Amino acid sequence: MARDPTRRLTEGVGRALTFWRRSIQARVVASTLLLSAAVIGVVGWFLLQQTRDGLLEQRVDAVVAEARGEVSEAEGRLLAAPGLDGDAAWQKRELAEPIVERGRVRDFGVLLAGPSGQGLSVDDSGAVRTLDLDPSSIPRSMVERFDRRGARTAWTYTDIVSHDEDGTTERPGVVVASQVQLPADGQTYTLYFLFPLDEQQKTLALVTRAMLAAGGLLLVLVAGLTWLVTRQVVTPIRMARRVAERLAAGRLQERLKVTGEDDLARLATSFNQMASNLQRQIRQLEELSRLQRRFVSDVSHELRTPLTTVRMAGDVLHDARDDFDPATARAAELLQAELDRFESLLVDLLEVSRFDAGAAMLNADDINLGDAVLRVVEATQPLADQRGVRVRVQAPSHAVMAEADQRRVERILRNLITNAIDHTDADRDPGVLVRLDSDDHAAAVVVRDYGIGLGPGESAMVFNRFWRADPARARTSGGTGLGLSIALEDTHLHGGWLQAWGRPQQGAQFRLTLPRRSGDPLRHSPLPLVPPDADQDLSAAPVKESLR
Amino acid sequence: MSQPAQSSLATKGRVLVVDDDAALAEMLTIVLRQEGFDSRMCFRGDEALDEFRDYKPDVVLLDVMLPGKDGIDVCKEIRNESGVPIVMLTAKGDTVDVVVGLESGADDYVVKPFKPKELVARIRARIRRSDGATHEVLKIGDLTIDVAGHVVSRDDQPINLTPLEFDLLLCLARKPWQVFTREVLLEQVWGYRHAADTRLVNVHVQRLRSKVEHDPEHPEIVVTVRGVGYKAGSA
Repeated sequence: MARDPTRRLTEGVGRALTFWRRSIQARVVASTLLLSAAVIGVVGWFLLQQTRDGLLEQRVDAVVAEARGEVSEAEGRLLAAPGLDGDAAWQKRELAEPIVERGRVRDFGVLLAGPSGQGLSVDDSGAVRTLDLDPSSIPRSMVERFDRRGARTAWTYTDIVSHDEDGTTERPGVVVASQVQLPADGQTYTLYFLFPLDEQQKTLALVTRAMLAAGGLLLVLVAGLTWLVTRQVVTPIRMARRVAERLAAGRLQERLKVTGEDDLARLATSFNQMASNLQRQIRQLEELSRLQRRFVSDVSHELRTPLTTVRMAGDVLHDARDDFDPATARAAELLQAELDRFESLLVDLLEVSRFDAGAAMLNADDINLGDAVLRVVEATQPLADQRGVRVRVQAPSHAVMAEADQRRVERILRNLITNAIDHTDADRDPGVLVRLDSDDHAAAVVVRDYGIGLGPGESAMVFNRFWRADPARARTSGGTGLGLSIALEDTHLHGGWLQAWGRPQQGAQFRLTLPRRSGDPLRHSPLPLVPPDADQDLSAAPVKESLR
Repeated sequence: MSQPAQSSLATKGRVLVVDDDAALAEMLTIVLRQEGFDSRMCFRGDEALDEFRDYKPDVVLLDVMLPGKDGIDVCKEIRNESGVPIVMLTAKGDTVDVVVGLESGADDYVVKPFKPKELVARIRARIRRSDGATHEVLKIGDLTIDVAGHVVSRDDQPINLTPLEFDLLLCLARKPWQVFTREVLLEQVWGYRHAADTRLVNVHVQRLRSKVEHDPEHPEIVVTVRGVGYKAGSA
């Protein structure tokens, strides 16, 4: 339960990532947004710098001029003052107080320090200043510079610190310093003017806000435009994708709607042409396949009817052979035997052509493979007895069930078991062993013989039509040469595997693996392809599997 | 066209052979006569029904491809007026043909080329039914089966079944406790000795249900036991 939110988060992230990977539109919109944001950011930053510099320059010019004005006016006032009757302290007050007074009205701070050459004395008691102004507002570098005579008017930026009943406030400002000579003692004093930059800061803040708002709106606009433009391109592509998917699913009559003459319309036209060509080709193939199936069906009818008559005639002759002379009687027997072979060959050939025409259909049902094996072993008993071959069955204690076509599975097993009996030499070999097993996903039957076995590379060829392990070898049974090939087709129809293993003189093993549920993919088989009693000789040829 | 009719008392039964292939039809009559059946040949689909009415056979062997009229249609026509056993002779083992043939009313089918003995076994299985006429009355669901009279009735209303459908129902009703696999039914009702096409059973169970069930979608008389086969429903 505790993992729930985490999983939901992971799922959310996964979905978002999928959307990102799948949607060109999302990616185009996102990258356009990113690029525009970068451009707007750089331009905005540059404009803000320009505005700020302009505002400050203007303000500095103004305050320097004002400071100069104040100083020259104060100097004039001192010169005009009655002679030498005042002391320095009085003159200092006379000099600074009107300016302080004016500063209070026009919101600038004033501080008179000096005389120069006495070190840092801005905060000594002799200084005349605006009351709530903290002398530390004046940068030390400036104080040092004006500690000697002859320094010219200068300005710098600073933070103005002031103390009033509300507490300490700190605001950006400009400090302008100018030297004044007092007639009373001939000493040089420094007048500091501290002008706040509140107005400029407010203006700058306003401009910044406006630019942010404009930038944001611009971004939204760009995103919207990009979205609209990409949608115009992406919508037809998505439509094409959907139509292509439907075509792939077999709805061949699906077409794209063509509007206009632009690139997308031409894409749609080409796409439709492709679809039409595909449809025509598929129709042709279907027609061919239908004709082939029809042909197979007709041939089957045409061949089977006379064969039935011949077969019955043969049977009548065969039943009456006791009345014939020996040669004719033998002829009747041969006729009978060869008719059997001819018949099974015809049946196999027709089955193969049905597979080739794709007309074979699976009639799947839940069947018990163990029962099927026993039935087939029982049915092949006459052949086994005739050859003196013993067929053993090793089944697990549980039922081996699979969803399969009983008729086809029994045919596969019959082909495998008769093939194994055919290749067993009763005098020399231990017989045929059939084993079966199943797990949750698959069921398997292996048929092991100890006959001449298969040479290197032959395990894939055994399923070829009319293939013989040894062309020089005499035909031993009535096998048509199509049995294993049909068995392989039957297996593929089930989505199963039919594989062969073999070593010369060690026999062969065939393994049939079927999925438990029809249509499920196979990944492994419950039984090994290489029998456990196989000679693990490494120098022997590697096992070739026929997998398709 | 037709063989002179022999005394039907001396024969095991009468077989109407409908096949356009004259050689095969003649060969069939030879084999059938050897086996003790009386038979008559018919080479055209559109003449089959008249021959059937005239000859009144015990079994009809019917080819699928016939001139004049399709074997499937002939089968339907005969079935409309009689429950006589019909064995289709088909040259195709394909699912569709076989199922269409069975659904048009055929009891059984043999695929060409067939072994004559196999065909004779099929015919015997279809004719032998009237043997043990013990007086016996069975109940299955709300149906009453009069074995000797070959009558199945519900609330004294007789239900028209073909002999094959009757045999199938009877087989299930005789052992209501037993589940019959399709293979066992093939052996007991159709007379197959080896496992054969289980579609035969499926198609005929469907036909039987459509006649005897109240609701063929939810059968109560012939019940499917999934993965095994069929059994008689309990009341």
